[in-house]
Amino acid sequence: MTSGVATAGGTGARPWLAARGRDRRFWLVLGGILVALAGAVLGVAFGSVSVPFGDTVTIVVDKLLGTHLSTADAATQAIVWDLRVPRVLLAMTVGAGLAVAGATFQGLLRNPLADPYVLGTASGAALGAAIGLLIPLHFFVFGFGLSNLLAFVGAVVSITVVYRLARVTGLAPLTGLLLTGYAVASLLAAGLTMAMYLSGAALRQIFNYLLGSFEQASWERFAGALPIVLIASIIIATRARSLNGLLLGEQAAAHLGVNVERERPLLLGLASLVTAAAVTVSGLIGFVGLVVPHIVRLLTGPNARAVIPISALWGAVLLVYADLIARVVGDIPVGVVTAIIGAPFFLILLRRARTGYEL
Amino acid sequence: MTAAVWLDGVTVEARGRAILRDVSFRVEPGERVALIGPNGAGKSTLLRVIAGVLHPNAGRVELGGEPVGSMDRGTVARRLAVVPQQTALPFSMRVEEVVALGRLPHEDALRGAQPADRAAVAAAIDRVGLGGLLGRDARELSLGERQLVLLALAVAQEAPTLLLDEPTVHLDLRHQVEAMELMRDLNERDGTTLIAVLHDLALASHFFPRLLLLDHGRLVADGTPPEVLSDARIREVFGVSPELVRLAATRG
Repeated sequence: MTSGVATAGGTGARPWLAARGRDRRFWLVLGGILVALAGAVLGVAFGSVSVPFGDTVTIVVDKLLGTHLSTADAATQAIVWDLRVPRVLLAMTVGAGLAVAGATFQGLLRNPLADPYVLGTASGAALGAAIGLLIPLHFFVFGFGLSNLLAFVGAVVSITVVYRLARVTGLAPLTGLLLTGYAVASLLAAGLTMAMYLSGAALRQIFNYLLGSFEQASWERFAGALPIVLIASIIIATRARSLNGLLLGEQAAAHLGVNVERERPLLLGLASLVTAAAVTVSGLIGFVGLVVPHIVRLLTGPNARAVIPISALWGAVLLVYADLIARVVGDIPVGVVTAIIGAPFFLILLRRARTGYEL
Repeated sequence: MTAAVWLDGVTVEARGRAILRDVSFRVEPGERVALIGPNGAGKSTLLRVIAGVLHPNAGRVELGGEPVGSMDRGTVARRLAVVPQQTALPFSMRVEEVVALGRLPHEDALRGAQPADRAAVAAAIDRVGLGGLLGRDARELSLGERQLVLLALAVAQEAPTLLLDEPTVHLDLRHQVEAMELMRDLNERDGTTLIAVLHDLALASHFFPRLLLLDHGRLVADGTPPEVLSDARIREVFGVSPELVRLAATRG
């Protein structure tokens, strides 16, 4: 390969070569894990019913290790173990998934404002899931029913439409993408309203998709979402090279050895799958996929090899705390909390995009 | 000797119109070749065919003795570096982060950049003389500076053959000459095979020992600058007075 131009002391003399903050990545990962753990503890300890912290600890220890330390009654045990623990785990899973999906869409569309919510992908998944609820056809394969399948179909269809339309509108890429996303999301929202109108008994369930909340969290939902989010995110992380090549556009990526024709549908499909999994268990939670990857990129640089896993970690952190806030404030839907954080952030990005972003 | 690039009877059609017709030529390892011709002659299409991103309707294209169509993209990218077109970067990227993208074809999918990759990036940055731009946001550079960053990216790719499409188009005269000198140096000192699409006939004939002249999709001349740029051809193909080109060529 190369002669040791930089290896023999060169790297030391060129500190910039040690990628934007290797140290920074380390602290982001370590910090993320610690903050997430703290969030998990807080999330399990706090809720509308107050459970003494000691009881919470003993209940969790009992369940994990099979001991019998806890003296709490069965109802308290159920609150901690069957409601709060899965709720925290589900919030983390969904947060990680939405952040990974956002980072992937941003890389593929080469647009920092892409996010499953902004693009209408989440609405597509929600509409698919709602239609699944209305069709009186019940089958389950490994716990996945028609709603899950249609949520995925809805996500894939809406992202494909946005992706294709945004490239041919003749508008500036940013404008084209946002307008297409808006139009598609509006259409899907109308579809959802229609589904609610037709739903009868399923109204409450469809309404929950719109809310974006972990109210319905359960071990079943967690078990349904975790494998999809985990596996798809890991596959996306292994495609970091493709996402990095796409930073320079599809042509340049092809010249850098990326098989664009294969990678683009693969990555779009995986990110849609993650979005669909997140939406079917928690509804529409916006802006996680926008805020988290953006901040991570500011700190680590745009290398997907760092952006994807660190975004997953901090996406989990963001939703655990957002859900905690939502519960403490008085059981408001967590989607409201992320919107309050995310929408102004989006507007700031849009403002900066106009000045600093050459298109 | 195996040709670095070999085209045999390459024809490309789009919407019933031939963009390249029966183009054949060999480029040996270590050669420095300029592709010239008027707008719409098919120069950029020819580059895309060589790079294997466009499959010809007829004919064969080989890189280092193997058909480019049967190689995976990674193999092509390790044999052939293409200096990318200027593009708007979606995110803030430092100069060295852009150059590092040149190592993608060499990177292990899971482990990422290794010390050898970082060394190649450092060497490419030194080679192109970008030391002064390190740490800068590539989006805030001038067009000329960005062109050099993209050239460094292709150098970091460490492919035996380098393809350039109008590498001097955004540069002022001094930077054009500097870029040409750099390319000549890459070719003569490092032995990189160079194929460049050039608009400026004067620069092409001054810096390139071999010219390929395309006109309406046909290869109409292949040889040294005096052979290719005869008065009659300049008049016929480019439709301008030969003096204009000669004057410019002598100033170098």
